[in-house]
Amino acid sequence: MVHVENLKKNFGKLEVLKNISIDIMEGEVVVLIGPSGSGKSTFLRCLNQLETATEGKIVVDGNEVTDKHTDINKVRENIGMVFQHFNLFNNKNVLQNITLAPVELKLMSKEEANEKGMQLLKRVGLETKADAYPSQLSGGQKQRVAIARALAMNPDVMLFDEPTSALDPEMVGEVLAVMKELVADGMTMVVVTHEIGFAREVADRVVFMDGGYIVEQGTPEEVINHPKEPRTIDFLNKVL
Amino acid sequence: MISILQNYSGMLIMALGKTMLLTLLALLFAMVIGMIFALMNVSRNRVLNCIGTIYVDAVRGVPLIVLAFFIYFGVPSGIQQLGKNFGIAAFEQFRLTALQGGTIALAMNCGAYMAEIIRAGIQSVDKGQMEASRSLGLTYGKSMRLIVIPQAIKTMIPSIINQFIITLKDTSILSVIGFPELTNVGKTVANNTFMVLQTWAVIAIFYMVVIITLSKIAKRIERSLNRER
Repeated sequence: MVHVENLKKNFGKLEVLKNISIDIMEGEVVVLIGPSGSGKSTFLRCLNQLETATEGKIVVDGNEVTDKHTDINKVRENIGMVFQHFNLFNNKNVLQNITLAPVELKLMSKEEANEKGMQLLKRVGLETKADAYPSQLSGGQKQRVAIARALAMNPDVMLFDEPTSALDPEMVGEVLAVMKELVADGMTMVVVTHEIGFAREVADRVVFMDGGYIVEQGTPEEVINHPKEPRTIDFLNKVL
Repeated sequence: MISILQNYSGMLIMALGKTMLLTLLALLFAMVIGMIFALMNVSRNRVLNCIGTIYVDAVRGVPLIVLAFFIYFGVPSGIQQLGKNFGIAAFEQFRLTALQGGTIALAMNCGAYMAEIIRAGIQSVDKGQMEASRSLGLTYGKSMRLIVIPQAIKTMIPSIINQFIITLKDTSILSVIGFPELTNVGKTVANNTFMVLQTWAVIAIFYMVVIITLSKIAKRIERSLNRER
């Protein structure tokens, strides 16, 4: 599903990703953990080319996104992304946020999109908020709408960039619950998070990153409960 | 003052109408010019950035009165010269009316300021809005048009109305190319009546009434926009 080979990313002189190679299977849930500045988010944003890779090759769903001739917009239709700060469209109401892209990209008629949008809102428990504007929602509600918006495109893979980091503690649960449902449905997911508990519970594979490298990866049992690398042990000691 | 109003009010109101016409035309074109150059300035393309910067710097670096002379006298004379040298009859006769010349000069001038207002407006919208839109597969152009610009306009409205008022006042500079707007007609009236103080007082009040009305309307629009969510 996702194939990454020798990925490097520099911001000016700063090397953020030094040499990343990883393969993610269909239906796999991969959770990226690591200290801030370790390159987790940058890695995630390279997958849909919100950041252009400096070097290396990324293939998503059979499309080489690092190739300049690839129509990146077409590939992005199949890659859902959820952001730390939600990034709901402030000038659109909740339902319009969800239906905008499928309608504009002519994947659905307006009626189909509205129907699908209401279904998704029901799924995330917000069908009563269809007409509300983002500024009228709580953080947790916003993030659930953002997930629904990404799902409306029927993506093959979902990227989560610290989806709960900007939330008040009491709202983290409702967002994680929606994400767990997605896991149960067999969605391919790549999640950057600080929620170690979530990683332990749902991840097929936990990847620990530090300093632009993948330091250690394996099942939650291996990486979280029995880490081998000193840096992983040190990090987990601090956050657990 | 009363006698000026009695004898010349029709003429002055006509002139005020011309002033408004010139302002509105200039503003209309300035919006288009401003949008084009603002989009150039926020794009990631170096060449477009450069063109945008050159335009804004060049126009803002020239006084409006010089720009007006350049457009109204300079450019037609250049074209006529060209026509003579290459025997193109249509070029030899080329002239601009005062309204055309005035509109172009004012629109170019106002467009440069408008470009800066629009650029600032676009940049005030959180980058995440564009990213979210792009992540769904929408193009840069569609994201701009559907998501970023509608949000930018809201923050831009007070500055745009302010620019509208400045442009309205700037029309008086165009009396130098003979366009019969309010200031130009004021000159004529003062010369005919010798009531110089009274005439200019009336002209000042005319401008003031229009501009104060405009700023009041602006305030109201601003407030109603803020009330909307």
